[in-house]
Amino acid sequence: MSKLIQVVDLHKTYRTGEIKTLAIRGVSFEIERGEFVAIMGPSGSGKSTLMQMLGLLDQPTSGRYLLTGRDVGKLSDDDMANLRNVNIGFIFQSFNLLSKTTVYENVELPLLYDHRKKNTKENKEKILKALRAVGLEHRIDYFSNQLSGGEKQRVAIARALVNDPDLIFADEPTGNLDSKSGTQIMKILQELNNDGKTIILVTHETQTANHAKRIIYVVDGKINSDKKVVNRLVARDGELLK
Amino acid sequence: MWFLGTAVGAVKISLKNLIASKVRSFLTVLGVVIGVAAVIIIFSIGLSAQELILDQIRNVGSNLVMIIPGGSSEDGPPAALFGISITSLTYEDLEKLLKKNKVPGVEDGAGYVMGTAKIISDTRDLSRSFTGTTASYIDVENATVEEGRFFTKDEERNIARVVVLGSTLATELFEGRDALGKVIEIKDQNFTIIGILKERGSAAMGMSNQDESAIIPLKTAQKLLLGINHLALIRLKATDEKSVELLKASATATLREQHDIENSSADDFTINDQATALEMVDNITDVLRYFLLAIGTISLIVGGVGIMNIMLIAVNQRIREIGVRRAVGAKRVDILVQFIVESATVALIGGIIGIVLGIFTALITAIVINAMGYNWQFLLSLNSIIVAVLISLGIGLIFGVYPARKASKISPMEALRYD
Repeated sequence: MSKLIQVVDLHKTYRTGEIKTLAIRGVSFEIERGEFVAIMGPSGSGKSTLMQMLGLLDQPTSGRYLLTGRDVGKLSDDDMANLRNVNIGFIFQSFNLLSKTTVYENVELPLLYDHRKKNTKENKEKILKALRAVGLEHRIDYFSNQLSGGEKQRVAIARALVNDPDLIFADEPTGNLDSKSGTQIMKILQELNNDGKTIILVTHETQTANHAKRIIYVVDGKINSDKKVVNRLVARDGELLK
Repeated sequence: MWFLGTAVGAVKISLKNLIASKVRSFLTVLGVVIGVAAVIIIFSIGLSAQELILDQIRNVGSNLVMIIPGGSSEDGPPAALFGISITSLTYEDLEKLLKKNKVPGVEDGAGYVMGTAKIISDTRDLSRSFTGTTASYIDVENATVEEGRFFTKDEERNIARVVVLGSTLATELFEGRDALGKVIEIKDQNFTIIGILKERGSAAMGMSNQDESAIIPLKTAQKLLLGINHLALIRLKATDEKSVELLKASATATLREQHDIENSSADDFTINDQATALEMVDNITDVLRYFLLAIGTISLIVGGVGIMNIMLIAVNQRIREIGVRRAVGAKRVDILVQFIVESATVALIGGIIGIVLGIFTALITAIVINAMGYNWQFLLSLNSIIVAVLISLGIGLIFGVYPARKASKISPMEALRYD
């Protein structure tokens, strides 16, 4: 297995006027291709900040961040956007689908910002493939507000998948869902991982985290523990989460 | 082109947002709608009004030359136009000007004096204008007698107390009863009505409206009513339109000889033709048009500020959307383009509504004015529509820049955290 992420002594400091907040205070770890890692921690621990830096939504104050061997710690805004577009997929707690927009158009969104050569037919196939992976091809013409919470999150997963990224970030993906839908989402994530996708899950729930293969526990901006999951949970349809 | 997809997407998004919140969208574009409608109406009505006035001038005949007493300087119009009485033009001048062998280009001509007087019929007592003129009036003015006849050269020479009434005045004085042969009082003198003119509906070239005027023989007006010997105006009719310039030159020469004038700066008369009059009308309507255009422009600017305001609100309401777009790979410039295109789309739609509203208003105006009896044409210039489209698009672009820049500067991380 090759190294996908290498982080060395990462720091992040926020400045609000006179007040300095040390969100991440020296974090180092590596993630291999094909891993399923949960980043856990209480709220305010810095786990979201860490995810944002790993997801190239934000830049570290100091330290090194290598993504597929490339130093991405000091990229320009446009280069970060391109990498997010091609290499990274995001799934959020509140789904963040565009309102008044169809399922198809929501999944299409990353393709609109893809600077590589593309054609409509190829794009359509990509969108259909992504929707098939989450089992929602029959909802393709629905508007996002006509979907249930679980369906919305599955559309969001399809959106994250559409450009076939190396890395998928899921930020509390089951936080707004009932336990049945939550199980379904975890099942999809595990299937994607089985197909070779690297997944980084951010959560504060132990049960959800136990679906991953490895748990990094963050407290006060530092890694408290970094362990393999011993009794890994496998999500099955119909089972309840928690 | 990389941004084309974004632009097309942005147009779709803005159309969706427009439809989703119809009332707000309407209020957003109201300023632009009014501004653009104003521009369209101004152009259309301005054009029609100009055409109406020009039509009326043409109606009198484009081969007329007008001579008024007093010289004209380059600085401004002749003093006679302001009602200052100058006595340098006489009946003898008119007689000389009508000698065809000495004045090439002349076909006919009429002399005029004007005044205002109490005109009394058996039932009405009105203050109206009267015109004293020569028998040639009917030919020079292209006027038509509806009832009875016009006065003759003999009547003119003999200071006859006869009057020909304009159609409106006849109706006013006799309220539909037969006026022909009746006697009316003008400035305490009795006049017999011998004719009534056909309605013309025009007030051309600084003259009082023929329809509202009492027309009496020149000498009668000079001696009995005004006590003067000079003429207020001479109109000459050229043999044809091409001879107008020739006639102007020969009339100038004749009058200089008649008045012993050696150089043009000492001229005590001013000669104009219809072209000069048309120019004056053009100037007046142009000024009017620019004034209205200024109002339209102000409205458009207010509309633009309205769009900017709503776009700023939209940016705040859609911070999460901006965050998602940035997260999936939109660059700052993509967000910038999206919001500018949205603002331009909104403005353009406002512009199109404005164009439709403007055309509709101009059409209604045309119908109403036509119903009032004027020959008002519904005219629309393609240029004004193109200008309106470009203006509204431009306003959307200009006033969209600030909100769009604001949107593009939001960091994706903050946008996603925003509730």
